[in-house]
Amino acid sequence: MSNASFQEKRILTTGNYACAEGAITAGCLYFAGYPITPSSEIAAYMSRRLPQVNGTFVQMEDELASITSCFGASYTGKKAMTATSGPGLSLMAESIGLGVMLEVPTVIVTIMRGGPSTGQPTNASQSDVYQTRYASHGDYEIIVLAPSSVQEMYDLTIRAFNLSEKYRIPVIVASDGIVGQMMEVINIHSNIELVERKKPQVPPEKYKPFEAFDDDLVPGMAIAGTNYSFYVTGLTHDIEGDPQMTPEAAEVLIKRLCEKIKKARPQINDWEEKHLEDADTVILAYGINARGVPEVVEQARQKGYKVGLVRLKSLWPFPDELMERIGQMGVSKVIVCEMNNGMIIREVQRFQHLFTVSGITIPTTIPFSPKFIYEKLIKEV
Amino acid sequence: MVKVMDIPEEEFIYPGTRACAGCSMALIYRIALKALGPNTIITVPASCLTVLHGMQGFCTTKVSVYHTPFATTGAAASGIVASLESKGLSDDINVVAFAGDGGTVDIGIQSLSGAVERGTNFIFACYDNEAYMNTGVQRSGSTPPGAFSTTTPEGKTGYKKNMAKIMEAHGIPYVATAISSYPLDLYEKFQRAKGITGSKYLHILAPCPPGWGYEPKNSIEIGRLAVQTGFWPLYEVIEGKFILSKDSRRFLDASKRKPIEEYCNSQKRFRKISKEEIENHKRYINDLWNEIGQRLEEI
Repeated sequence: MSNASFQEKRILTTGNYACAEGAITAGCLYFAGYPITPSSEIAAYMSRRLPQVNGTFVQMEDELASITSCFGASYTGKKAMTATSGPGLSLMAESIGLGVMLEVPTVIVTIMRGGPSTGQPTNASQSDVYQTRYASHGDYEIIVLAPSSVQEMYDLTIRAFNLSEKYRIPVIVASDGIVGQMMEVINIHSNIELVERKKPQVPPEKYKPFEAFDDDLVPGMAIAGTNYSFYVTGLTHDIEGDPQMTPEAAEVLIKRLCEKIKKARPQINDWEEKHLEDADTVILAYGINARGVPEVVEQARQKGYKVGLVRLKSLWPFPDELMERIGQMGVSKVIVCEMNNGMIIREVQRFQHLFTVSGITIPTTIPFSPKFIYEKLIKEV
Repeated sequence: MVKVMDIPEEEFIYPGTRACAGCSMALIYRIALKALGPNTIITVPASCLTVLHGMQGFCTTKVSVYHTPFATTGAAASGIVASLESKGLSDDINVVAFAGDGGTVDIGIQSLSGAVERGTNFIFACYDNEAYMNTGVQRSGSTPPGAFSTTTPEGKTGYKKNMAKIMEAHGIPYVATAISSYPLDLYEKFQRAKGITGSKYLHILAPCPPGWGYEPKNSIEIGRLAVQTGFWPLYEVIEGKFILSKDSRRFLDASKRKPIEEYCNSQKRFRKISKEEIENHKRYINDLWNEIGQRLEEI
């Protein structure tokens, strides 16, 4: 690990270090974490790096402590991040809902490994895709990004901070044990747009912490410890932040919390696409498992098969609009490749009125090879 | 007084474990199981011990083991004990939770405290290698001040939790400290704990060659230094009565203790330790032994 900051334009580094450095670039000044393979290098890197930018690194006593202390730091105005893996995210589950409820910007990185339970700690997996979406109880929406390279560990961590600040919500970066630990050359950009959370739009005496004035349904956020005093609670609350136990209060609050993310889907969703213009079959993949797919698509096209590619860079909220577009473009079949027993495929199956859906969904710990995918593909087209 | 000849030859862990060379946890586990015997059920959270048990197609232990999530060792043991009690078997089968320092003093403290407060009839043994070694040496609440870890690159600031004292404050019938370098003492303490009904707690220092930064062949020597410098006093508290163990007795006399520098200089994890931190260690040891002296006088 180098002590030097990432000044150079091109550097060779690991996914976990790139993620940590992306966080620093995004303005992260607080990291709280708890050791867990294969994410621990993020904490180790932050323990050296944050003091260099006057930030604070704290190793907590467990994951509950890690995430809720991040909320505390965010509540008082710092950009905060924690990093973990499946079992740790399980322990954070209740607090993810709390973060949604308090509307505190926070970034949670999960480096997926084999599960359930202890599973295969040193291997990769994509089996926590539902966990990132549904970990907490209650009705809520969440934003989840899926990097598939070391470069994207850097880029999407920055983006995660931006989205979390913009929409006042915990954003999860869902990577895996391979992307987290592999090394690649990455480009460090000089002009990065950073988003800061919306400030209160009224003076302290008129401030209501959950009053949203704008169409984006995001209230301005005060900083605790300034002359704005405000109460935040996991209880259902009204725009003043006061607990309200009426059915109407639940409906109003939950609808706003969900709607602010749902209506921003076109701005949040991100993907890479290739050859969709003439494709009749599309391979859909994400994360590490998408790395072999471009090769498959090129090979298939050389043989005359009209195959296209979609690689999701954001998983949740699911990009419904993209599926509708694929259907309108005349794609007749979508093949979903994922390293789990079938998770994203079920989202794609909601669009079976537009195209047929099949999957290569295997709960394995190594990404599918191009040869393997190609052989499956030519049986289907 | 236990002699080497008294220790059973029967082994309860197979050779070829996944533990590192020179691992003192492996030694602790081996000796403990000899004292506990075959009628033993172990619960173990995420820790080096799960690695010792095996990662690839084999399991190295002969007794039943329940591998439980990190935060839940005490709770898992509670369930086993409750079931055994309802079958009238809790006096015949030892239920032993074996956790590392993270699984005891950090994430594990809640379920340990809960189990003990309910008076669960079990032994909780913490093998303390003073950091999260299994995940690549991150600091824990049990890491001593001045020690390097990957998350305390300049050395840990703050204190090492005195977990034995915390457990004593729960008012349980048996608390002891031990170390791998004095295996007869360790054996005797497990045997004693086994014979007592209620919650028993053993805190066992476990020198770790890769985590502490020393040659694997020196594990026993380093552990002895921990005792000889007074850093790690060996004692028991039985029904509230404090007993200084034989191997620590002569260090009640401060002049018999080796300098703490000798202990710190033997391990790379202390290579950045400041003079101030060394003085803190000296003060800590001094206070520790003053308290021990007072407790012995009270008896």
